[in-house]
Amino acid sequence: MSSILEVRGLTKKFGGLTAVNDVTFDVREKEILSVIGPNGAGKSTLFKLISSFLTPTEGEVRYKGERISGLAPHIAARKGVVRTFQETTIFRNMTVRDNIIVAHHLRSKASLAGFFLGTAVARADERAFGESADEILSFLNLSDLSGEKAKNLPHGHLRALGIGIGLATDPAVLLLDEPFAGMNHDETGKAVAMVRRLRERGLTVLLVEHDMPAVMKISDRIVVINFGQKIAEGTPAEIQANERVIEAYLGAEDESIGM
Amino acid sequence: MTDNRKLIGLAVFLLAVFVVVPWLIAVTGRKDFYYTLTSVALLSIASAGVWMTFYIGRINMGQGAFALMGAYVAAILITQYGVSFWWTIPLSGLFCVLASLVIGLPILRLRGVYFAMVSLVLTEVTRLLSLALPITGGAKGITNIPLPGAISLFGITLVPDFATLENPRIAFYYVAVTLMVLAFAAMYRLVNSRIGHICMSLQQNEELASSIGVNIVHLRLIAFGISSFLGGVSGSVFAVVTQSVYPSSFTVTDSVNFMLNCFLGGLAYVFGPMLGTLTLYFGWNLLFETGEFQLLIYSTAMIVLMLILPNGLLSLGENRRKG
Ligand SMILES: Nc1ncnc2c1ncn2[C@@H]1O[C@H](COP(=O)(O)OP(=O)(O)OP(=O)(O)O)[C@@H](O)[C@H]1O
Ligand SMILES: [Mg+2]
Repeated sequence: MSSILEVRGLTKKFGGLTAVNDVTFDVREKEILSVIGPNGAGKSTLFKLISSFLTPTEGEVRYKGERISGLAPHIAARKGVVRTFQETTIFRNMTVRDNIIVAHHLRSKASLAGFFLGTAVARADERAFGESADEILSFLNLSDLSGEKAKNLPHGHLRALGIGIGLATDPAVLLLDEPFAGMNHDETGKAVAMVRRLRERGLTVLLVEHDMPAVMKISDRIVVINFGQKIAEGTPAEIQANERVIEAYLGAEDESIGM
Repeated sequence: MTDNRKLIGLAVFLLAVFVVVPWLIAVTGRKDFYYTLTSVALLSIASAGVWMTFYIGRINMGQGAFALMGAYVAAILITQYGVSFWWTIPLSGLFCVLASLVIGLPILRLRGVYFAMVSLVLTEVTRLLSLALPITGGAKGITNIPLPGAISLFGITLVPDFATLENPRIAFYYVAVTLMVLAFAAMYRLVNSRIGHICMSLQQNEELASSIGVNIVHLRLIAFGISSFLGGVSGSVFAVVTQSVYPSSFTVTDSVNFMLNCFLGGLAYVFGPMLGTLTLYFGWNLLFETGEFQLLIYSTAMIVLMLILPNGLLSLGENRRKG
């Protein structure tokens, strides 16, 4: 399997604080790779660096061999690297369906002027976005809520909507920051199945998650970050047996890494 | 609302402004109303621009600057270069678009109160510039702007020379109202097209919008450009209606009023600025009778209205429909 993303010596300093420190790893095509680590370890910062929301202090991220660090986030998204947010970030005052429709932005063939004038291309786009949105909504089991204002959704559905917004951009790599946070056991189970189906759709998925049982179940490989540094990388079984990982999580319960 | 009801609404509105209002004025003999309503129409065009910037989540208190620019561009083009009034309408708008791109690029990064403050300062800077620049004629401004000439196509006169008219105010009323209808039709189309949805996404969350691939810098400039275009158009026609322009033609107060018009009408409704302008303009003038208490009563009424109807006057209809 080839690498779709190469993270090389990635470093981010906020003033005196080094949030991400010389992190290097590869992401293979169509894998589910989880990034784990204690609170404040630098996971979200790492995701923001990969999706070009932050510019690295040192190092770079290459996507399909091309450097994407330092580009504007909308350009990285256009290339195919899209993130979702740790907080439930959605377009609050739009309906669920409109949230997904608007997120089809990158797929439009018509120009803005075309949409204003209602050209044939624009109308074809709008039809296609509507159909695709309905497909995504049913994929996420949100069809029943499609006309609801997004801000009125219960928490678990909000997360799903956040992922739906990411999906609508038709990404090659989707970065999910704590997609299972605040979910109960049942909801997590469904969400795990949903992430698996993302991969079946051909996506490469990067995941930051604190829910260790879910991470162990879902991941092909895991990268462990502590104080901004990568301390381990491997399959779930390897990570669970890794001395440095156990040490980093000491003080926390042992079962917190799924043992 | 169904398409049918929309069409009927539009027909009623067009009938009202183009037929009923002129008829009422003729019957009552209140010719002065033409000037009042021309002002309302023009001010509502500028307010529509401010509404557009609200739509991407920016409180714009700089519209007075663009209206003033538009007024001066029209006045200078007409008096010094002999350009036809009809051409100066789009030209003033375009001048303001160019200015808004240069100004917007640095300041549109700001949000909330910071953008509002900088845009307010912009109005004052523009006024001071018009006092200082040689071409704008200083405090004396530019006066004696000639009335619009005729528009002919293939030798057929479509619009007569205003100077030959018995009452050019009626003609100006039609010009202003036509421009208002065009401006709001364009805004309506814009907001209900995909562009409107993208602007909305920007208003709700810029980070998320850029994560789905929206070039937020680009889009902010487009919205601000549209806003400034409308400001410029409004100002240019105003200059010609009053046949003069001074540094005080549009001031900070006007900028604030454009914004209040939007608030009062309702930020969620495209036609909010139109209703807001009408209400505020007439409300202010009605209170003229109260003399020194005019501002006090006006301000109190505004505060009370905003407390009772935080989503604007047009939200009244919405509540009723929801039951
Ligand atoms: N914009 C910023 N400016 C300054 N410091 C920051 C900034 N963003 C993050 N940090 C700091 O960098 C460190 C890593 O933060 P980050 O959000 O990446 O951690 P995390 O691993 O995602 O934590 P959590 O599990 O709690 O989400 C923290 O100490 C945080 O306070
Ligand atoms: Mg985080």
